[in-house]
Formats: sequence, C-alpha cells, structure tokens
Amino acid sequence: MDKYTKTNGKVLPMNRANIDTDQIIPAKYLKRVERTGFGQYLFDAWRKMPDGTLNPDFILNDKRYEGATILVAGANFGSGSSREHAPWALNDYGFRTILAPSFADIFRSNCFQNGMLPIALDQKIIDKIIKKSLANPNYSLTVDLESSVISDSDELTIEFSIDNFKKHCLLEGLDDIGLTMSEEFMIKNYESRHVIT
Amino acid sequence: MGKTLFEKIWNEHVVVQDPEKPSLIYIDLHLIHEVTSPQAFSALRATNRKVRKPELTIATVDHNVPTKDRHLPIADQISRTQIEYLDRNVKEFGITYYGMNSAGQGIVHVIGPEQGYTQPGKTIVCGDSHTSTHGAFGALAFGIGTSEVEHVLATQCLRQSKPKTMEIRVDGKLPIGVTAKDIILGVIGQIGVDGAVGHVIEYTGEAIRSLSMEGRMTVCNMSIEAGGRAGMIAPDQVTFEYLKGKPHCPKGRNFDKAVEKWQQYKSDPDAEYDKVVIVDATKLAPFVTWGTNPGMVAKITDVVPAPGSFELKSQQLASQKALDYMHLDPGTPITDISLDRVFIGSCTNSRIEDLRAAAQVVKGYKVNENINAIVVPGSFKVKEKAEKEGLDRIFKESGFEWREAGCSMCLGMNPDFLTPGERCASTSNRNFEGRQGPGGLTHLVSPQMAAAAAIEGTFVDIRNWTFK
Repeated sequence: MDKYTKTNGKVLPMNRANIDTDQIIPAKYLKRVERTGFGQYLFDAWRKMPDGTLNPDFILNDKRYEGATILVAGANFGSGSSREHAPWALNDYGFRTILAPSFADIFRSNCFQNGMLPIALDQKIIDKIIKKSLANPNYSLTVDLESSVISDSDELTIEFSIDNFKKHCLLEGLDDIGLTMSEEFMIKNYESRHVIT
Repeated sequence: MGKTLFEKIWNEHVVVQDPEKPSLIYIDLHLIHEVTSPQAFSALRATNRKVRKPELTIATVDHNVPTKDRHLPIADQISRTQIEYLDRNVKEFGITYYGMNSAGQGIVHVIGPEQGYTQPGKTIVCGDSHTSTHGAFGALAFGIGTSEVEHVLATQCLRQSKPKTMEIRVDGKLPIGVTAKDIILGVIGQIGVDGAVGHVIEYTGEAIRSLSMEGRMTVCNMSIEAGGRAGMIAPDQVTFEYLKGKPHCPKGRNFDKAVEKWQQYKSDPDAEYDKVVIVDATKLAPFVTWGTNPGMVAKITDVVPAPGSFELKSQQLASQKALDYMHLDPGTPITDISLDRVFIGSCTNSRIEDLRAAAQVVKGYKVNENINAIVVPGSFKVKEKAEKEGLDRIFKESGFEWREAGCSMCLGMNPDFLTPGERCASTSNRNFEGRQGPGGLTHLVSPQMAAAAAIEGTFVDIRNWTFK
C-alpha cells in the first residue's frame, strides 16, 4: 500500500449530505474483476445526462475544479453498500483525501484499506471550506497526517483526530494482512480452544 | 455490570487484544459472492497466500445472475466473466459453492440461514452491507469491503475497533396489516439514515419477540440503512425451532447441546447500552418511502411532505432534491402515486413467508394493466417450496412473472432494472437515486403493500384490503 504522509491539493466541494455508494459508483459498473479502472465511472449518473453527454451543472465537470484531489462533502458520506469499488473509483479519479462531517462505517474502513484518508470535521468547518472553495475554485488545502493538521494559505489551521493505529498504517503504508499473519501463534492458540458448530 | 448480547459474542471472539491497536477478532462464517470477491482472490494469488480455513467460507452467485433463461449462456460478457472467475476461485481454493445451477443457489443472506450455517453466537461477515440480516439469529454479522474479504480468507480474522451498542426497543403489539418491514422503515424514519452509525443495534421489545425468524431477518437486514454496524436479536424458542433440522446445524443430542449454549446469548438484565431508542409499535402503520433514502418515509395515509415542513435547512434541501428526482409534488396523497413496475424480492423480503403474504393479497385478482410485476424468490429452495405450495400459480394467474433466485431488480446488475422515469413499488432495501436502474424511481414497501399496489396500480392501504 502507498504511504500517505502529506498532501497539498485543490478542493472539490460537494455540498450534499448522505452521498451513497450507489452515487459514487452505480452497481452496473461493479462487474470488473480488477481493482483499477473505476475512476471513469465515478459519480456516473450525476456526471452524465440521460443521453450520455456531460452534465454541465455537475461540479465534477466544471473545468475550474479540474485536478482537484481533496473531496469535501456533506454528512454521512459513503452510506449504503459495502462496495470497495467506491473508494477505488475515488482514488482512481484522483481523490485520496475526503473531508466530511461524518462517514458511513464500512466506507471509512474501506478507505483506510486503500491508503486513503477520510477525515471527519465539524460541520461548521466543512461549511467554511465549501464556501471558500465555491468562491475560489483554485482554493487548496494542505493535509499533514504526521501532525494531523489541515491548513490553507490563509488563516485556516485545524487539528483533526484520527485513530493512532490507522495513522501509523497510513504513514508506513502497512499491509494489514501481513500484520495479522504475524499473530499466527495467537490465532492457532485461539483456534485450538474455539469450537464452531 | 451485566453484558449485552453484542459484548458477549465480541468477547468470545477476541483473538488478540492490544491497547495500541484495534482488536483482532475471529470470524466463524464467511460468505462470499461474485461481485466483491474477485479482487480478493487475485490479491491472494499475487501475494502467494492461501485460504486459511476454506471450510469456514461459503460461496454463491446472486448479484449478477439472470433470473430467466438460465439454460442459456449469460448474455452479458462482463457478468459472465465475473461468475466464471468465482467458479474458478472456489475450485482452486477448495470452498463450498452454491453455483448458478445448484439446488442451493440463492441470495447469500437467504441461503446462510436456510442451510443452517447462520447460528446464534457466531461472527459472520460478507462483502455485502446487508450481512446484518444474520443478526436475526443472535449472531454478530456485518458487511465488509473486498480488502477485508481478502483479510478473512487469508487469516480468518479481522482487525476491528469495538463498536458502541444501541438498543432499539419496539414496545407493544403490532397492528394488523403492519409488518416487520414497516417496523424497520418506521425506525429509520425516526432515527435517520445515520442514526446508528458506529453502533451495533440490538432490537428488543414485545413487537420484535412476536416476529417470526423471517420478520426478524427483514428488520436486521435494514440495520445498515440506519447506518448501523450490525443489527441483532437475542435467540429464543422461535430461533431454535427455525434452526432445527437445517442441513448444516447440529443434529439430535448435539442440537440440544447447542441450544443450551445458544440460550446464553442474550443481554443481561442489568446490561447498559450506549444509546436507547424506544418505538411504539401500536403507532406504526404501513409505510411507503417517498424520497431517495430509506429514512424518507410516510404512512400510507399521509401525503408527500413539503420541504418546508422539515426543521433543518439541510433536510429541506435534501427533500427538495429528492422530490425533484422522484417527480413528486408536496401534498400528493401517497395513495395517488401511480406505478409502472412492482418488484417482490431481495434479501429483505424474498423468503417463503414474504411470498405467502404477497400471494394471499393477489389471490383472485389481476395485476393492473399498466403494471409489470415480477416475483424473484430469494433462493432455489424458497422457489421450490413456493411451487410446492402453489404460490407460483397464484402469482402467474394474476399476471406476475415468476423468476429464478437472485438479487435481481434490487440493484439492477442483471437484466432486471428500471428504465429512466419508471416508478416501482419494491420490497427491497434501498431507494437511492438510480439504485434499480438509471433514472428509476423506487418506493420501498412491504410485500403485502407491493402486492396490493400491483393490483391497483397505485399504493393502497393494505389494512382495508378485501382478501379473496
């Protein structure tokens, strides 16, 4: 897994709550057996008009936000299905950092599994970032995982909270499975006393 | 202080506890399907890892499979590839498989219980958010992503932060015509689609106790729609009766011994939950969703709400967006909403009791001429049983299509999906934008309500139905 240390990038504001994984990537695109190539279907239904042309009103199609790497959205981001294709699509498109007031549990866990950083921030701070980004499409943020601080070039500096273990895994780019396999003795021991009917 | 049902199962499954890391917990049953497993198997191959306990993983195909013309090759090339990849993976790694033409095939959350793999006290995971279904048996069951599927295949363990606990107590008797589906839609309407995030829900109370196993599965199934990490119900005599004689459950004296153990899986009287929600069952009614998430519900006797009627600005915006998408005007009586399609199926409502309840409604009636209606049984076994009882004839005579088992129109990965603008009464679990097909308009209801809507062409109050 790629390490995540520090990033500086343009913000894409999506001022909407409860963005579910069916919006992030519709089910009809989940048929691939690879982990890659899902970025082209990111927010497919919102990005395209029924005739397949690009929807000019959807912010992802707004040229001024091209190259954004930090997605900022409303509460309960990633609700619904457990499809890891959702973080794969975001990552593949270029969003490795997502800021929202809250995240759905499975989505958040899936992000960490892919070296992505979902950060929960106070609704007021999210509102402020969205406002700044809407006013200035070139608005960017620096996310420093080591110090757990998000800042902009202006006055904004916020410390965010993140589970220490998850932070450690991201910083080191650790393989979760390898880590569990190193507990072989404990797993064997457990299996010797655990009965499954 | 006493322990909750969740804490008892959690504690029994902790393999390694470390103050620096989330706990490593053991997984007793791993269910897999074609959509969320391929990348996990590819990664195992790439890293030269084995499946640690192939006997604890069960596979089936459900999301992608066509529900008719199964004797023909699957027309969709990519779907076919995905299914063939699972065929190959289970063979190579030695995993029990209920393939497309096997007599045990079905929706993964239907076959786990019907085969008796799902049992009280187990930890159960699957790369599918509706894994919460299995919690109906007093198991700790939750959905995971593909990386975690790979993790479980390789180690039979998962590293998990301990969730919080939440009791949802549904007091009182359920009124006639109000079903398990209405309980859970009512709960989500009350607590919201993120009301249980970070929590494992335990459903308690008289109305829950009075439900059959199938009803309990419907309730637990939609725990994820309230954001819950899992949903569970303490096992009781209803649970044990259901499990008795199931193919993969202990038999004879071993069954009695198992029941003795299973009886301990209940919350202690003095156990405390992090959160408690109380629902009055006597106030529930048949519900219909009007918006684009399962929390946007109204009673059948209500009207489509006006965005201005919501307290928060964010709710007002969300409901306006939802109404725009759903092509609905505020103030429209729910019973005035006319439909194009009816779907009876999905891991929420495709079990034998669901089909019996729906068949009872449609018996002697004809499907409305403007409606295309399909019934998709949850499994091959459900289908077989329904046919033995003559339910298929009732459905077909009234004008429903009778299909093979699978997830089907719940998420439209196979050829069953809505076309843009089509409005559907669906017994499934998600009414997200485009969930049943791009531009499709979904209203979630119980099987009885869906059946009645198929006859009338609009939503009707099932409490006033004349059964023939």
